[in-house]
Amino acid sequence: MSTQSGVTVRPSRARRNHTRARLCVFAALAAALLLASVFAEALCPYDPNAQNLAEALQAPSAAHPFGTDRYGRDMLSRVLIGAQTSISSALVLVAIIAIVGTLLGVSCGLSGGALDTVVMRLSDVCLAFPGLVFAMAIAAVLDGGIQNAVLALALVSWPKYARLARSQTLAIQHTDYLLAARLSGCSPPALLLRHILPNIAGPVLVTAVLDIGTMMMELAALSFLGLGALPPAAEWGSMMSDGRSMLQTYPWVVLTPGLAIFLSVALFHLLGDAVRDWLDPRSGQSGRRGRTHGQGENI
Amino acid sequence: MRNDIFRRLLQLIPILLGITFLSFAMMHLAGSDAIAQQADASGVALSPEVMAARRAELGLDQPFLVQYVRWLGGFLTGDLGISYVSGKDVFATFVSKLPATLLLTGVSIALTVLLSIPLGILAAVRQNRFADYLIRFFSFAGNSMPNFFVALLLLYAFAVCIPIFPVISDGLSLRSVALPALTLAIAMSSKYLRQVRAAVLDELSRDYVTGARARGIRFSVTLYKSVLRSCMTTILTLLSLSIGSLLGGTAIVESIFLWDGVGKLAVDAIQMRDYPMIQAYVVWMAVIYVAVNLVTDLSYRLLDPRIRLGGERP
Repeated sequence: MSTQSGVTVRPSRARRNHTRARLCVFAALAAALLLASVFAEALCPYDPNAQNLAEALQAPSAAHPFGTDRYGRDMLSRVLIGAQTSISSALVLVAIIAIVGTLLGVSCGLSGGALDTVVMRLSDVCLAFPGLVFAMAIAAVLDGGIQNAVLALALVSWPKYARLARSQTLAIQHTDYLLAARLSGCSPPALLLRHILPNIAGPVLVTAVLDIGTMMMELAALSFLGLGALPPAAEWGSMMSDGRSMLQTYPWVVLTPGLAIFLSVALFHLLGDAVRDWLDPRSGQSGRRGRTHGQGENI
Repeated sequence: MRNDIFRRLLQLIPILLGITFLSFAMMHLAGSDAIAQQADASGVALSPEVMAARRAELGLDQPFLVQYVRWLGGFLTGDLGISYVSGKDVFATFVSKLPATLLLTGVSIALTVLLSIPLGILAAVRQNRFADYLIRFFSFAGNSMPNFFVALLLLYAFAVCIPIFPVISDGLSLRSVALPALTLAIAMSSKYLRQVRAAVLDELSRDYVTGARARGIRFSVTLYKSVLRSCMTTILTLLSLSIGSLLGGTAIVESIFLWDGVGKLAVDAIQMRDYPMIQAYVVWMAVIYVAVNLVTDLSYRLLDPRIRLGGERP
């Protein structure tokens, strides 16, 4: 703790923050990652599913920068194609839970009554299960496949958004501008779209962007357990599970997809932090920072 | 106070009913029952009449709700049916594997607390200094790694570079619990550390801290005697919340390190589609999680006089 001589502004607050620059950099990187996954087929140096047993389990080299797996498939191509499944399914999942959860939460907050009670009790029950345990069981019942893994995680994760949207709606429900909108004859759908959603979008967006990384990890975990993408398809989690018996002898088969997960999750987490600081500058460098973050994760 | 505890227990009833109902309905939707599984396993083609007769014998032709109530009765008396795969009693198998998982969970919670509380406090006190940045960097990295990746990295490090710990557990020993517990503790403390840091920073920004400093009280005294004491409830709540992800994590980590606990049991059961076993695992994990949260809630009373004396939680 430094001594302060009659200065009312703390040095840490006065320091310049580069919120906007950070947002731009991470958004650009995330966009690059998305583009790479969309155009993965064009970027692959080899056919990701072409087996070539003569070249099986080669160490990383100029020809195969990430090495090859036990069927002689090029790891770089497989990691690139794997990005398609891993990233797009995480994005779809987050979009589903954010939209469904928010709409449910807003309707609960606005209507109250029976709907509110039913949905909130249901979310209590869903939150009473440890997340991944519940998702594992649902995915097991639905049988593997990445769609089912997405569905399982969606069934587990919507309550977070419902609760967030509900509490935000309740917080703005009695504000003057909503009252004014109502008095001027705004119809309920217009009220929702023009006045409520834009005002609660910030926290929902921050939670959603931070969730992309988390959901990527959970999807990879389900795939790792054999409950997500099915074997011939390349997906980072199932690639790691596939190669895990070769960890001691051919580590690159496991480490390259792992590194891909780590870097993409880190990127989306950084983007989420940047979006939060941009939308809510107060949370930037001050003591409240981690607080809002922590609560967002645990609602 | 007693009334309060009683009310909390009453509130649990609908939650527990919901948990059991969802678990039962989920497995019911799986579309396969004991008779079909047995027929599959024995490889004998049974005529539909025989199958229907055996279903009637086990009560599987009853309406859904009747079956649920019977299953719930079994759940309450510790009878969760028989495994499709091993043919053994599900509940007995589950209970026999539970100590291993409890040991693993206990050690990882202890490691998490030992790692993240001191580091979280250090990061908060040294806010925006080198130590803070370093700690935050590692917590960020740990937060972005799925725990199975951490597990495999640790395995790689300890199997290839420094072989101190056994790669595959050789029974319940402190040596073999080290790596799985460390994996879980890394994932958990990198999340938890941030929350401890935030809670301490929040408390440090209050007026009484400035007041204490103005009166010339040593900072370490303020930190240990006031700040940490009032952070304890927040820190404890967050710890109990993260136990949920810990319980999910045990499943993956146990099956990687071949730790013979309920998590591995569940992963194996999922692979074999052993529905009664999955059901038992899901229900009991949820019950344990709810119980942990209840105990935390009740322990606020001991830690925070404001609540004990009838006020609201801050």
